[in-house]
Amino acid sequence: MTLDNKVPEGPLDQKWTNYKSKVPLVSPANKRRLEIIVVGTGLAGGSAAASLAEMGYRVKTFCFQDSPRRAHSIAAQGGINAAKNYQNDGDSVFRLFYDTIKGGDYRSREANVYRLAEVSANIIDQCVAQGVPFAREYGGTLDNRSFGGVQVSRTFYARGQTGQQLLLGAYSALSRQIAKGNVAMYNRHEMLDIVKIDGKARGVIVRDLVTGEYQRHFGHAVVLATGGYGNVYYLSTNAMGSNVTAAWKAYKQGAMFANPCFTQIHPTCIPVSGEYQSKLTLMSESLRNDGRIWVPKNKDDNRSPVDIPEGERDYYLERRYPAFGNLVPRDVASRAAKERCDGGYGVGETGLAVYLDFKDAIDRLGKDVVSARYGNLFEMYEKITGDNPYLMPMKIFPAVHYTMGGLWVDYDLMTTVPGLYAIGECNFSDHGANRLGASALMQGLADGYFVLPYTIGKYLSEDIRTPSIKTDHDDFLKAEKNARERNQKLLKNNGSRSVESFHRELGKIVWDHCGMSRNTKNLTQAIEDIKSLRNDFWDNVKVPGRDDVLNPELAKAGRVADFFELGELMMRDALGRDESCGGHFREEHQTQQGEALRDDENFTFSSAWEFKGDNTPPLLNKEELTFDTVRLTQRSYK
Amino acid sequence: MDTLKLELKIWRQDSPKDKGEFKTYKVDGLNTHMSFLEMLDVLNEQLIESDSEPVAFDHDCREGICGMCSMVINGRPHGPLKGTTTCQLHMRHFNDGDTITIEPWRANSFPVIKDLVVDRSSFDRIIQAGGYISVNTGSAPDGNAMPIGKEVAEEAFDAAACIGCGACVAACKNASASLFVAAKVSQLALLPQGQAERDDRVVNMVSKMDQEGFGHCTNTGACEAECPKEISVEYIRKLNWEYHRSNIKG
Repeated sequence: MTLDNKVPEGPLDQKWTNYKSKVPLVSPANKRRLEIIVVGTGLAGGSAAASLAEMGYRVKTFCFQDSPRRAHSIAAQGGINAAKNYQNDGDSVFRLFYDTIKGGDYRSREANVYRLAEVSANIIDQCVAQGVPFAREYGGTLDNRSFGGVQVSRTFYARGQTGQQLLLGAYSALSRQIAKGNVAMYNRHEMLDIVKIDGKARGVIVRDLVTGEYQRHFGHAVVLATGGYGNVYYLSTNAMGSNVTAAWKAYKQGAMFANPCFTQIHPTCIPVSGEYQSKLTLMSESLRNDGRIWVPKNKDDNRSPVDIPEGERDYYLERRYPAFGNLVPRDVASRAAKERCDGGYGVGETGLAVYLDFKDAIDRLGKDVVSARYGNLFEMYEKITGDNPYLMPMKIFPAVHYTMGGLWVDYDLMTTVPGLYAIGECNFSDHGANRLGASALMQGLADGYFVLPYTIGKYLSEDIRTPSIKTDHDDFLKAEKNARERNQKLLKNNGSRSVESFHRELGKIVWDHCGMSRNTKNLTQAIEDIKSLRNDFWDNVKVPGRDDVLNPELAKAGRVADFFELGELMMRDALGRDESCGGHFREEHQTQQGEALRDDENFTFSSAWEFKGDNTPPLLNKEELTFDTVRLTQRSYK
Repeated sequence: MDTLKLELKIWRQDSPKDKGEFKTYKVDGLNTHMSFLEMLDVLNEQLIESDSEPVAFDHDCREGICGMCSMVINGRPHGPLKGTTTCQLHMRHFNDGDTITIEPWRANSFPVIKDLVVDRSSFDRIIQAGGYISVNTGSAPDGNAMPIGKEVAEEAFDAAACIGCGACVAACKNASASLFVAAKVSQLALLPQGQAERDDRVVNMVSKMDQEGFGHCTNTGACEAECPKEISVEYIRKLNWEYHRSNIKG
């Protein structure tokens, strides 16, 4: 299949403006007749559903949580970027664009990233108008802070709970539309398949997680806003329910899956403490504004960190990257921590941790200022570990946090299935091989508030004569039957091993072979390991209960089954990308200093995998990336 | 490393119509660094192993922010630790040999769905009644066009920190949702953006709260004591003020 990214002609800084002035419109009377399905109610889904309903479309929205207010966007701590230049530090749309392209190690599409930077300022305005209580200066203006990979202050924040406040803003806008009857909201419903009719996405099959009822829903278009797939690693900072199922069903229905091996390992998380561990907790990147990262200069130094004198500490980020110091991008910081721990300099019981130290900041600023900036994060750290970070440096280690890969979308955010859109983390569009901090919230809300509402009109304007299709159509019935049968198969399996234990084992394979560091041998091995574990899963998994009641184990089993297939695709993608870039570090390709070494001649493309059948290997399609504005260089933060 | 052996008395209820009862389970060899929900994961693995049905409970982010987890532990919503959700409660706060009682939120407006899972959609309906500022996408002025003093922004934030978990209702002898409603009403009444709809908002949200069957506030302060985000009952005072203000303006 040839990939048409549909990037408009014209100079980079005029593409979006021209697009908006020329895109076909749908009249108010026609909007009332058009139905749109939105799956997921995080920042992208919530903002899209609210905006589309305000415009006059009839919207149906689904989430698996008990309320749309709980999607995992809520857990984002640090902030949201916008090119406002309120700090007068030389920021601009171009700089935000450039930082994002460079931060992504030149593996994203120029036109999409530029548009993201362009609409970033509108997002802040919109959220302020909704009553989001951003941090303010004494004079009443909005405050900013710095994040990794940039040299300006463009991050807006609401204490350490920015994601929560932004999501509650989108939730309030959505609630208003639900009250008006413009959005039908389905809580505790999980999407099980996409329904395609005559090649177009025309609806979804969902299961009511409380009653177990299978339902068929029609839409003239379907929007997936279902987040990332970090839980394929079992341990990640994602919520327990975060899953790939919706995106994976789309893939199996013909939507291509792009760059699945581009995953983000976040440098500052609370280290793993034991086998029982169910998830990992992030400590916001904003901590690196004032915290200093170090390990002892001597191997196996077992002294308490406060007893190790200054001269015997290795502030390795400041040593290796003097220009950016502790604020290097995430992939660079994570690899540097791994390098030290692999070398035997790691701290803590497992040796898999480094210190994040606030002593200098407390001496310089006073405890009160540090507490005002990071108080809630310090408290969270103390609750989890039992240690007080005002007195002892935090112990941190990298953990899976975000997935840059996802469903391939064109400039309109449409997948390769006509009428099927993917927005937010579940698409691949804007972050290349590494996402900069405070850019996920920006992208989710950009897609939902300011991009999709325009681009979806282009497709729907040609669909105004299509009447609603009855859900007793054969294709609906067939899709429902498949979904039912799969669940029945899981329930009747009579195996002996729990879903959880399979998920844990899969996660370990993916982490060991496709984590911070990858090589040919491991990746090849992992494909076989995953296949055999997947066979074992279908033979031996034990799912208790029935499908006509609330059954969390059944829902989990379906999600883990999809993670197996995704895990294999990640290995294939990582194996095929025989270069290092961003978070994808192939040991075979590094500079003498251990930095990622790209191969622009052969790998300046996004991989887009096409499903070819359960027993046939997927087909690799390539979207060549062209850079008209930026020049590709080796990323340097030194 | 220290390990714990516990006896758990857990509320089991198959469906909303089922009567429900406490059942007793034993768990052993627990690491004290585990979270409370990880302890329940261990129990559930044990139950699946022995062909019993695992305990259903709501949970998602496990970072104390999504508001999904909801259980009464030894008579207290979210357990013994102040300002902490169940998912952030760790086993180091319990002793070897303890018996722990675990129940769902108890309130008529939060019917039990199964075991420890309750239906909190009444909270969503209260927000739908007015917990928003009516501003369509694209119609916002510049973010700095309206200065908001730091103190006001902070006070609004303190209210906005509510995670909608429902512990306030579960803690209240009247099952009142006053603290939840007060937090949203206060956040929006404090901010200049919220002024246009200020009077209608409070009246509509309070009337929805009554309609959903939540009880009245009798100022015991149990809600603040159990709120995992430590939202102050001062906001209930503000809610009452806002309510009367709108009536006087009539």
